[in-house]
Amino acid sequence: MKVGLFIPCYVDAAFPEVGVASLRLLRYLGVDVDYPEGQTCCGQPMANAGYEKDAEPLIHKFGGLFAGYDYVVAPSVSCTAFIRMNYPRHKCRVNAVDIVEFVHDVLRPAGPLGRFPHKVSLHNSCHGVRELGLSSPSEQNIPQFNKIRDLLSLVEGIQVLEPERKDECCGFGGLFSIEESAVSRQMGCDKIRRHAATGAEFVTGPDSACLMQLSAAARRLGIDMGFKHVVEILAAGL
Amino acid sequence: MSTQHSKKAAAFLKNQEYTAWHDATFWGVRVGRDNMAMGLEEWEQLRQKASEIKLHTLSHLDKYLEQFAGNAAKNGVKVHWAADADEFNSIVLDILTGSGVKKMVKSKSMLTEECGMNPYLEAHGIEVVETDLGERILQLKGQAPSHIVMPAIHLSHHDVGELFEQKGISEGKGNHDPTYLTYRARLSLRKEFLSAGAGMTGANFGIASTGEIVVCTNEGNADMSTSIPKLQISAIGLEKIIPDYDSLAVFQRMLCRSGTGQPTTSYTSFFRKARCADGEFHIILVDNGRTQWLQNPAHWELLKCIRCGSCMNTCPVYRRSGGYSYSYFIPGPIGINLGMLRSPEEHQGNLSACTLCGSCQCVCPVKIDLADQIYAWRQEWPAAGKKLICSVMNAVYKNEGIYRNFTGIAHLANILPAPWLPFYLRFPRKPFHSLAHDEL
Ligand code: SF4
Repeated sequence: MKVGLFIPCYVDAAFPEVGVASLRLLRYLGVDVDYPEGQTCCGQPMANAGYEKDAEPLIHKFGGLFAGYDYVVAPSVSCTAFIRMNYPRHKCRVNAVDIVEFVHDVLRPAGPLGRFPHKVSLHNSCHGVRELGLSSPSEQNIPQFNKIRDLLSLVEGIQVLEPERKDECCGFGGLFSIEESAVSRQMGCDKIRRHAATGAEFVTGPDSACLMQLSAAARRLGIDMGFKHVVEILAAGL
Repeated sequence: MSTQHSKKAAAFLKNQEYTAWHDATFWGVRVGRDNMAMGLEEWEQLRQKASEIKLHTLSHLDKYLEQFAGNAAKNGVKVHWAADADEFNSIVLDILTGSGVKKMVKSKSMLTEECGMNPYLEAHGIEVVETDLGERILQLKGQAPSHIVMPAIHLSHHDVGELFEQKGISEGKGNHDPTYLTYRARLSLRKEFLSAGAGMTGANFGIASTGEIVVCTNEGNADMSTSIPKLQISAIGLEKIIPDYDSLAVFQRMLCRSGTGQPTTSYTSFFRKARCADGEFHIILVDNGRTQWLQNPAHWELLKCIRCGSCMNTCPVYRRSGGYSYSYFIPGPIGINLGMLRSPEEHQGNLSACTLCGSCQCVCPVKIDLADQIYAWRQEWPAAGKKLICSVMNAVYKNEGIYRNFTGIAHLANILPAPWLPFYLRFPRKPFHSLAHDEL
C-alpha cells in the first residue's frame, strides 16, 4: 500500500503542527508514508471563487506529483472533498482520502491512540459531513454515525461533546469570508458560542480552516477555548 | 471585495437583536422539518422518488402538457398558453374585462409575483386583493415577499397591529394580539370575497391525467377565493405539471413537511371545472423562460423545484441576511440559482451568498444539487473582483520555488496590522515542509 501525505498550503504555512501530528499518527499506526516534495495547493480556493479553469495547471501538477499512490491522505476535509468531487472532471485520477476516513475505514485501529484528558466540543465541518460522509448529516433520515467521534473514543481521558446545531456551517468558506465578511463573522460568532455552551475546553475538527475561523470568533467575543485539529488529539503523546 | 448581496447583508446584520430573532425563527422551521423527515422511515426513498418523477416529467414535458391541456379542455376549462409575463398579464386582463370584473380576490402565487401581475392589473383599473394573510399584510404595506412560503414572516405582530390600525382593519388602538389581528383580517377579507367578480389561484401542481389544479394552503383562502365568484382563473408555471395522482401522493407528503414542518397543509384543494353551470374556469399555462431553461444542460434540473422553501430555512446565509438582501424576488439557494437563469447580468451579485456548505441540497425534497449549481454558476460568471487574488495565488502555487520562499518568510508578515494580516492568523517560523525532513 503506497500512501502519500498531502499537507495543504494553509496547513503547511500556518499550522505545521497538524502536519507533524499527521505524520506521527500514520507512522504510529504502521504506515510507511511518503511526503512528496514540491506539493503546494490542490486548487480549491481559486475554484470555489469561480476560477477552476485557471487552477487547471495546478490540478495537473498535483495529479502528476501524486500519481501512483494508492491513497493520498490529507488532514483537511475541504481539500480532500474538492479533489474527490472535481478532479475527475479534469481526467485527473487521485484517490484522495481525509486522514479521519483513512484511519477509520482503512487502518481500523482497535487499540488506544493518544491521551487527551479534556472536554472537547466536536466541530463537524460541512465538507466532511456532506461530501465525504464522515458523519450522518443532520438533514437526512439515515442511521446516525460519526467517524470522528468513533476515533476520538480511542483517545484516553477524553470527553467528547457536540454543540447544538451539530453540523451548521462555521462561515469560513474560503473567499466567502472576505467577500461576505459580515455574514461570515456572524456565522463564526454564532458557532463558537454554541461550542462554548457545551462547557468544553477545546474545539476539535477535521479542518484547520474552520478552526481558524472559530478561533478568530472566540477572540472577538473573549471566549477562552483551545483549538486542536482531530489528528493532534489522536496523536497526542504518541 | 463586496457584492450586491454582501452590502445588503451587512446592513441587515447591524440590527443584532433582529438578526438573532430571524435566524432562530427560520432555524425553528428547519427543526420542525427535521422532526417530520425523521418521523417517516421512507423519507430518503421519497426524496429519490420525487426527484425521479420530476426528472421524468420534465424530460417528457411536451407529452404531459398536452395531456394536461387536453383533459382540462374536456372538463370544460378554457386553457391559455402564455409565452411570457406580458402575454400572461394581458390574458388575465382580457378575461377580466371580458366579464366586466372590477375586483379580483386571489390566493398566494409566486408566479403572479414573477410576472408583476398585480401592478399591471391595477394600472388597468382592476383592484386585486390578496387573501393569504401574509400576502395581504404585504400588499397593505406595499412590500414584496421576503420568503416564498412565509412571505411576511419578517414582520412582528406589532408591525401588523400598527398597520391594521392605520388601514382601519382593527378597531381602536393597541390590541396587537395575533388572534385578534387574524380575526379582524378575516372580517375585512370576508367583505372582499363577497364583492369580488373573480377569484384567482396559483398552483402547486397540475395533474396531467385529470387536468386538475392542486393548491395547498393553510388558510383555506384558495377555496374562499374560488367558491364565491363565478369566474375562476388559475395560473401555473409549465414545470408544475406532474403525471397523475400517484405522483401527487409523493409530493403531497413532502411539500408541507419540508416547508413548514407540518404533516400536511390544512387544505389540499383540487380544482377541476367551473363551480357552477354559468361559471367559467380558466387555466393559464405560463412559460416565461422555462422552456429555454429546460434546454440548459448544466442547470435544467432547477425546474424540479416544488417551492417548499426549506432550502431557505436551512441556509445559514439566508437566515443571517434576510430575504431582501437578494436581488431576485425569490431568495435563498433556489433564488440565487433561479435568478441566474433569469438574468445572470442582473443577479450575479447573489452568487457570493453561499459558503458551499451543502445543507440546502441535503434538505431539498426533490434533491436539487443547489450548492453544486452555485459552484457551477461561479465558474460561468467568475467575479471580476476575485480575479486578481486568484491569479496571484495560482502563480505562487504553480511554482514551488516561489511557494517555498513565500511560506519560508511568511512569519515576517506577523508584524503586519489588520487588514493586511487578519489578527487571528500568525505564521510559525517554519512551515511544515521544512519540519518534515526532521520528522521523516
Ligand atoms: S430547491 Fe428544493 S428545497 Fe428549495 S424550494 Fe425548491 S424544492 Fe424546496
